[in-house]
Amino acid sequence: MASPKIKLSIRDLVIKFKLRGQVLTAIREASLDIYEGESLAIVGESGSGKSVFTKSFMGLLDGNGWIDSGSITYEGEDIARFKTEKEWLKIRGKKIAMVFQDPMTSLNPLKTVGKQVQEAVELHQGLKKEEAKRLTIEILDDVGIPDSESRYKQFPHEFSGGMRQRVVIAIAIACNPHLLICDEPTTALDVTIQAQILNLLKNLKEKYSLTTIYITHDLGVVANVADRIAVMYAGDIVEIGNSEEVFYNAQHPYTWALLSSLPQLGVKGEPLHSIKGTPPNLFYEVKGDAFAPRNPKALKIDFVEKPPYFEVSPTHKAKTWILDPRAPKVDPPASIKILRDQWGGRKNA
Amino acid sequence: MPNKKDILLEVKNLSVEFGKRKKKFVAVNDVSFHIYKGETFGLVGESGSGKTTIGRAIMRLNESASGDIVFNGKKINGSIDKELDKEITKKIQMIFQDPMASLNERAKVDYIVSEGLYNIKNYKNEEERKEKVEKALLDVGLLPEFLSRFPHEFSGGQRQRIGIARALVMEPDLIIADEPISALDVSIRAQVLNLLSELQKRKNLTYLFIAHDLSVVRFITDRVAVIHKGKIVELAETERLYGNPLHPYTRSLLSAIPIPDPRKEKEKVLKIYDPSCHDYDNAPPKWVEIEPEHFVLGNEKEIEEYRITLMHNQ
Ligand SMILES: Nc1ncnc2c1ncn2[C@@H]1O[C@H](COP(=O)(O)OP(=O)(O)OP(=O)(O)O)[C@@H](O)[C@H]1O
Ligand SMILES: [Mg+2]
Repeated sequence: MASPKIKLSIRDLVIKFKLRGQVLTAIREASLDIYEGESLAIVGESGSGKSVFTKSFMGLLDGNGWIDSGSITYEGEDIARFKTEKEWLKIRGKKIAMVFQDPMTSLNPLKTVGKQVQEAVELHQGLKKEEAKRLTIEILDDVGIPDSESRYKQFPHEFSGGMRQRVVIAIAIACNPHLLICDEPTTALDVTIQAQILNLLKNLKEKYSLTTIYITHDLGVVANVADRIAVMYAGDIVEIGNSEEVFYNAQHPYTWALLSSLPQLGVKGEPLHSIKGTPPNLFYEVKGDAFAPRNPKALKIDFVEKPPYFEVSPTHKAKTWILDPRAPKVDPPASIKILRDQWGGRKNA
Repeated sequence: MPNKKDILLEVKNLSVEFGKRKKKFVAVNDVSFHIYKGETFGLVGESGSGKTTIGRAIMRLNESASGDIVFNGKKINGSIDKELDKEITKKIQMIFQDPMASLNERAKVDYIVSEGLYNIKNYKNEEERKEKVEKALLDVGLLPEFLSRFPHEFSGGQRQRIGIARALVMEPDLIIADEPISALDVSIRAQVLNLLSELQKRKNLTYLFIAHDLSVVRFITDRVAVIHKGKIVELAETERLYGNPLHPYTRSLLSAIPIPDPRKEKEKVLKIYDPSCHDYDNAPPKWVEIEPEHFVLGNEKEIEEYRITLMHNQ
């Protein structure tokens, strides 16, 4: 990417929720620049804050949640300051669209698939019936629905899970957004369908010049779709870099743990690496490196002070004290070493 | 894999149908396989392919339309006597996908884990029941003091452990694990997979592992069968199948496995399976052992092609 333009810039964002009289901090001073035209993956385990973080870009936080401090800059404007629904409607759907990957709940079972896509086309592109229908069928073609003319007249229940998923994406695309966020639920789709959807998103990104954010808990699935990967833990981005940098040269112990627990990297007959313990309780203040209590190789300082970002390359940084020049050398697990060797080997090749 | 190959479960030409006449739907179509004692046998295919129905037929939760299911040498489908029914209720247990939905939210862990014992009165007295339940909890790495708690007080991984404990308490020989980790977060998946392997070694368990995630299946199973629309299309030792997939559906499934390696992933080509590539109206397929312990479904012409592929790969 030649001098990437920043599409969305998030700075020191803090998001809190009130729950039964207590306050929970779900996002803890997270910062992120999203570049125009890139595809970014946000990876992290359940509860790490992926959905809350991205929903805040569209003003979709639940009623008991709020942006406590920090900024979200979109086209020169700090949208974190938006107060009214009217302000958000300028952005939501139009500029930033979100696909919730639970196609059953996002579609209206009583309306034909074509109607649902066409409504979005009419609403956001202000086209007349005839024209809108033509465009709708074109979009259905684009998302890979065969026989789009006859499929137009069918209802969601006549579609398979994977096809429904495509319809949901079609609706998001129909609004002609700049930024498309796909939030994947923990329960994975079938492998084949998942791979097809990821492929589809890649193609659509080109055709519609979209910037895409793909949210997942499975680092294993994003090697191909993502230009960059942001690893999220306990409401903060602990490592970010180009896809190759994060896979072949991971620096944060949490990224190591995520990578080495992938069965693809496991050795048959031996136990798979597993992350002990649970993420921190976000009702309390998190001290130091939030991952330290689960990190068997944690340093003393990890429990005391929050690490800043250390730069690994101009495009790669991680929040871990291991990268401090004063830190003792900490060896990554065996599977991470293998990945590093692969990178080194092929970089020279 | 164990050296001594005793067969624990045999499924012969099994078909399961739902609905009647015009609305008849064949969920499982003439399926055959066997599972050796002590092994982990995988069943993979996409959702709706009939994996769960096969598991439920073995559990006697779905009636079979035809075919035999033989467990420890005895036919267990169709009508069987009370004695045998009780025995297999004990010896074959199931673990489900969604630990949330599969546990009764209003019952305490004590009741949830004991349910199977109560159902067939599989204990002499209250003391023995308590003992069995506590032991099952310890086996899955939970503390006996959890017995008085409710499922919602546990994390997803712990709930799946409770699900495993309630199977273990019956001292089964065969556990049917139906997508036991798909609903779990990646970080917890590894824990549950490790627990299943460890229990298998310690208790000499046999698993039927049902899943759609092929990387997990490769990691955990000894042999694997690939099922498409109610029919098994290929079956082999796991490494053999992953190394030498023959059936186009198996190939398409394997091509979709995400590789955690950006460069390899970029070179990857997705293969889409189109069932119309077969000419089965004119030449129907047969289930053929194409090399030792490697079975594939194909007609004469296809089998010939598969043979050539195998020769090239050797
Ligand atoms: N409406 C709410 N009220 C209170 N807490 C909330 C609310 N929504 C989210 N949270 C909390 O914020 C944190 C981040 O949640 P979030 O849903 O963003 O996680 P996630 O990374 O998307 O997880 P998953 O992979 O399970 O979708 C969690 O601790 C969650 O419990
Ligand atoms: Mg989420």
